[in-house]
Amino acid sequence: MIPAAFDYVAPTTVDDAVRALAEAGEDAKVIAGGQSLLPVLRMRLAAPSMLVDLGKVAELRGVREDGDTLVVGAMTTHYDVQRDPLVREHARLLALATNVVADPQVRHRGTFGGSLAHADPAGDLLAPALALDAELVVAGMDGRRTIPAAEFFADFFTTSMRSGEILCEVRVPKKTGWSAHYEKFNRVAQAWSIVAVAAAVLVDDGTITEARVGLTNMAATPVRATAVESALVGQPATAEAITAAAQHAAEGTSPAADGNADAEFRQHLARVLTSRAVSAAVGA
Amino acid sequence: MRITVTVDGTTYTDEVEPRQLLVHYLRERLGKVGTVVGCDTSNCGACTVHLDGHSVKSCSVLAVQADGGEVTTIEGLARDGTLHPVQQAFHDNHALQCGFCTPGMIMQSIDLLADNPDPDERAVREGLEGNLCRCTGYQNIVRAVRDAAGHMRGGAGPEAEQVRETRNVVGGGN
Repeated sequence: MIPAAFDYVAPTTVDDAVRALAEAGEDAKVIAGGQSLLPVLRMRLAAPSMLVDLGKVAELRGVREDGDTLVVGAMTTHYDVQRDPLVREHARLLALATNVVADPQVRHRGTFGGSLAHADPAGDLLAPALALDAELVVAGMDGRRTIPAAEFFADFFTTSMRSGEILCEVRVPKKTGWSAHYEKFNRVAQAWSIVAVAAAVLVDDGTITEARVGLTNMAATPVRATAVESALVGQPATAEAITAAAQHAAEGTSPAADGNADAEFRQHLARVLTSRAVSAAVGA
Repeated sequence: MRITVTVDGTTYTDEVEPRQLLVHYLRERLGKVGTVVGCDTSNCGACTVHLDGHSVKSCSVLAVQADGGEVTTIEGLARDGTLHPVQQAFHDNHALQCGFCTPGMIMQSIDLLADNPDPDERAVREGLEGNLCRCTGYQNIVRAVRDAAGHMRGGAGPEAEQVRETRNVVGGGN
């Protein structure tokens, strides 16, 4: 299968990329790692007039610290996120979720920012970004602005980025010393999540003192399981207490029904997987 | 658009359409038909090659994205008639039946061994999760990768496949 013809430009700076996107107009599309976009183009589900490739923009790659925040460049590949010592230490949930994105070949090309901007509700990195209160920095012709993850994911495959904006970096508040786990449910290796749960908790002397739980594929956008979070705080880090709190996991969700699961089954999965995720995180 | 790519040790400079996929460039322009197209949907991994030392599905990379890069295909592994240790191990362990997935399986196995020189069975299966085989049930593929690991020195992998002497070809293979 061959994509429809398009023009192509590979700028080397964010400024040039923003300008190229503005000049190309509404029908242009940004390509990051291309691991979601290229299949879409091959199947001709989209036919952009131009691709602006961010692959040569070096300033968008890499992970750095900024005080209490970890800054992940949008073009950092999944492979690099998985292995980054700063991510492993300060945002372990992100490293664990990245480990189960697609397969090794896709992780070599696919990028953190590309996954978030694509905003597939079954994508594995949206729920961790939401649960960790990440902020997304985007650049356009009017300069840069910062969007909280809770406002970034607007709908099915839709973000609150405006036309002509490029995702530059993701700022993740450090969760040093927190326990974490990403529990993914799918039927075959390398497939999308039918449902998955991202959990990060802080345990002090056997008691859960803080909790963040995000759900993958339980609505058109990632969902924060706030009722579970509230129920966990103050509880002992035991299997019984965690299972009880996890019963709230489906509250406020509106999962789709498809060939993999109906909505009721997805809500069941959310409860079971939340229990598993938090238990695995704390070793209960 | 003009690109310059080093493939299996030879540097090519070619005009390509931006929409041309790397796998089609390799097969149709350079004649590297050892790299096959399986599913055409990024699932099967049959088209796996190495781009700048890492495995990629060449049906999901544009040829223009490989500009300035170094590609290794299944055709660039053997040296002077001697198979790469992973190729030899696939042969020795009967790790193929129809053989269609084999180029991708071998390229991904080399990548896996570069990251983990001594993988256990689970690590091999997870490392090959992006490659589908419809014949073997994977048993002998896993056996072959572990056998190859035993024959390869630590660090063998993308490093070991670099070709030192390079040629330059302008205008592609055909």
